[in-house]
Amino acid sequence: MGDWKTITVPVLSSDSKNILSYTSERKRSPTSMNSQVLRLSLPSCKNMHSFFSAFCTEENLDQSIAYIDRELTTLGFPSIYAESKGKEINLVSVINCMNELLVLQHKNLRAQEEVEMQHLKLGSDMDHLQNCYAKLKEQLELSKREIVGLQERDRQLQSKNRNLHQLLKNEKDEVQKLQNIISSRATQYNHDMKRKEREYNKLKERLHQLVMNKKDKKLAMEVLNYVGRADGKRGAWRTDKTEARNEEEMYKVLLSDYEQRQKQLLLANAELKKVLQQMKKDIISLLPPQKQKPKERCEDGVVLSDQEEDIGELNKENMWEMSCETVREQLTNSIRKQWRMLKNHVEKLDNQVSRGHSGALNEKDVISREDHELETERLESEIQQCKEMIKTQQQLLQQQLTCDDDTTLLLQDCYLLEERERLEEEWRLFREQKKNFEKERKSFTEAAIRLGLERKAFEEDRGTWLKQQFLSMTGDCKSEIVTTPSAFLKSKYLVQIMLLHNSDPDIRSVRSASRQRKPPSVSSPAVSPEPCLISQYITQNSVASEKPAAENMPYLWVESDKEETE
Amino acid sequence: MDFSELFKLSGLLGRFSPDGKCLASCVQHRLVVRDASSLQILQLYTCLDQIQYIEWSSDSLFILCAMYKRGIVQVWSLEQPDWHCKIDEGSAGLVASCWSPDGRHILNTTEFHLRITVWSLCTKSVSYIKYPKACQQGVAFTKDGRYMAVAERRDCKDFISIFVCNNWQLLRHFDTETQDLFGIEWAPNGCVLAAWDTCLEYKVLLYSLDGRLLSSYRAYEWPLGVKSIAWSPSSQFLAIGSFDEKVRILNHVTWKKITELDHPATIASKKTIVYKEVEKSPTVGTERLSFPPTRALASSLFSTQSKYEISQVPVSLQYIKPVADRANPKVGVGMLAFSADNCFLATKNDNIPSAVWIWDIRKLKLSVVLEQLCTIQCFQWDPCQSRLAVCTGSSRVYLWSPAGCVVVQVPGEGDFQIMSLSWHSSGNSMVLLSKDHFCVCYLEREKV
Repeated sequence: MGDWKTITVPVLSSDSKNILSYTSERKRSPTSMNSQVLRLSLPSCKNMHSFFSAFCTEENLDQSIAYIDRELTTLGFPSIYAESKGKEINLVSVINCMNELLVLQHKNLRAQEEVEMQHLKLGSDMDHLQNCYAKLKEQLELSKREIVGLQERDRQLQSKNRNLHQLLKNEKDEVQKLQNIISSRATQYNHDMKRKEREYNKLKERLHQLVMNKKDKKLAMEVLNYVGRADGKRGAWRTDKTEARNEEEMYKVLLSDYEQRQKQLLLANAELKKVLQQMKKDIISLLPPQKQKPKERCEDGVVLSDQEEDIGELNKENMWEMSCETVREQLTNSIRKQWRMLKNHVEKLDNQVSRGHSGALNEKDVISREDHELETERLESEIQQCKEMIKTQQQLLQQQLTCDDDTTLLLQDCYLLEERERLEEEWRLFREQKKNFEKERKSFTEAAIRLGLERKAFEEDRGTWLKQQFLSMTGDCKSEIVTTPSAFLKSKYLVQIMLLHNSDPDIRSVRSASRQRKPPSVSSPAVSPEPCLISQYITQNSVASEKPAAENMPYLWVESDKEETE
Repeated sequence: MDFSELFKLSGLLGRFSPDGKCLASCVQHRLVVRDASSLQILQLYTCLDQIQYIEWSSDSLFILCAMYKRGIVQVWSLEQPDWHCKIDEGSAGLVASCWSPDGRHILNTTEFHLRITVWSLCTKSVSYIKYPKACQQGVAFTKDGRYMAVAERRDCKDFISIFVCNNWQLLRHFDTETQDLFGIEWAPNGCVLAAWDTCLEYKVLLYSLDGRLLSSYRAYEWPLGVKSIAWSPSSQFLAIGSFDEKVRILNHVTWKKITELDHPATIASKKTIVYKEVEKSPTVGTERLSFPPTRALASSLFSTQSKYEISQVPVSLQYIKPVADRANPKVGVGMLAFSADNCFLATKNDNIPSAVWIWDIRKLKLSVVLEQLCTIQCFQWDPCQSRLAVCTGSSRVYLWSPAGCVVVQVPGEGDFQIMSLSWHSSGNSMVLLSKDHFCVCYLEREKV
């Protein structure tokens, strides 16, 4: 309030300098202005009225307007005069300016509010921090006090400990002292004992002498008659020989005892070696094979290769018999190695099981618990199925064994039918095969016949050719004699004719008749009449037709059994 | 089980002959030889004085009767009852007498252990062994009877002499590293001799037959040491019972301890069976063990019946702490015995005097504890199978075998306090000895 009043005074004087100073004053203390505004947040109407009227009165209206205009222009608002130099007020611009000022005022108020809020917040934060600080300070104090207390206790305990140590040392010293006392007393007693013993020995000697001197006249021993020795032998004199013999016998006894013990130990050793061998085999079988575990291989690759070498070496039988130091060492070392590997393997499996349960499966051949459970369920269901199957089969078996006669007969008939059908099937197959075989045989024999005939024809040809040669050599050339090439043709013709005739049923019947007469040994007697028959027929007939070789042709060249089958 | 009637006895001297045919017993100055199975009197001999000790010769043909007071040993023959032999030590006195293994020599230890005289029944020769040691077990024969070891002491040092029993020639003589040799014992295989020191020193020395020291074993230094020693029948183990209530077993290969068997007052192991003898209230007319009913009435009035019950583990046994300032305290393992088949070891801890501990040697674990009502007087293993007979000074004999255990009341009127027992060599019977009477108990083969 006071500021306003001081400010209003230079305005009333309407001095430019004062106004300037006023404005500069105003600029210098905007915050004080603001605080003034804050304090004047809710001015009463009356105050406002009087307040506002203090600035502008009837007299200084123009000056105040000019002043207002100047202020507004300096603040950047447009002039409130209608024209640049006139004294007419542009109401519109005045209203605008007022509006602008109001807006500005609102803005300023808002900013002020915000600032006030922040101020409050900061104030509360500050309070809070101060509280915390106070609390922490308290805590620090407490802890310091505690520390002091604990240190005190620690000190007490340490002193107690020291006391106990001291006591222990004292006790130990006392024990040592007592032991020393005991030992010294023991030596003293021993010494005394020895002294007394010597005295006693002296007495004994004296007594002995007296006793021996005072010998009874009669014999100390009275026997009716002397008894023979237990083993029936006579007593022997004591000589060096007997001494030597005694020594010998004693050593014999000792030696036999040692030998016996050694035997037992050897047996025990052999047993243990066997056990070790067994264990080794078991361990090797238990250990995982190298290919499936590449990881392990890289870790113990070297060791495993050694193991394989060891296996190769030490599983030989003769190595087990050797008992020298190095072999034994190697053996025990190898077993220890393998046992360690087995242990590692088992530990790994354990880890994997525990890891697998949590779900982190890194290796492909480890199955998680769920898979394992699924597997077991599947296996169980399989087992169940198998069991049911077994049960049904058992029932069927039971039925078969215990059903009535009718059903058994029926069943048997059914089985028989089945069997018969099967047998018929087989028979059919068999016959088919037989036919096939026959065909093959026929073709084979045909070929053989042809070959034989050709050979025969060739032979005949050769013969005729030789004859011709011979005849030609003699000089006469007959037209009947055929040249070599055509001889073959003729022979072929001849062969064909032969074949043709052979296929005649007459020939066949004759042959069969002859065969039937002498079934077993048909070949040889049959051979002789046949060619004659053939030749006869050849000369008689002249029909030539292509016919496949007769089935019965090959009797000349083939064994008898084939003929019989026909 | 059959029991014979009670016969008179004096001095706990009742022995079966080694061949098992006869039983010798003494009544004051009379020696009675009976048939072992029928207990008929075969021979009756009269000695000059009250008999203090009898021993059969190894071939069961002779019996020696020693009368220490008079210093006389009389030898009787079973084949020829007219034959007699008297050995008079005269003023030398007599403290001990025993047969040699061949059954033809008698070794007499004179008073004050001045000497051991070897009297021969075959020849007129007499041998003397000087400076024998006055200890508990000073003379030891090997099982096959070839060698004899004698403990000697000269100039305050202990020695052991080994003699050949054939001709009494000295084979070896060596000194031992003991303070005061207490006893010697041969292993059953006759090749190792165990010697142990007095209880003030725990020391067990093992010597070979040729006098070499094989090994020396010492468990601890100051407390009282060895109380009892036993070899296993196979010579594989040596059990040493000591005053610290433990048994240590050494093995014959390394002579090192293979285990320590402890005898605590509380048994906690679940695998141990504890048989406790409990008294049954006497009932009249209920079933008894094979004797006529008239006696039953009489005995039931005078004696209490008892039976075995299995106690639930943990069991705490009656532990007695002995008086501290007496010599030879009743502390420690005082009795040790291996069974004949080498499977079990029976021990008695003198701190727990009414219990027998049976250890399984194959497993080296405590197998059974028999807790009796009275102090154990004596136990002995059956020479043929693993069966243990125990007597506690009552009129009952206790038998244990791996199949179970049984209490058998000896029938008879009056008190029959069994103080000692001895098995027959066949394992079919045993003689039960009390102060004034003895009785023979016949066991059927199948039972227990």
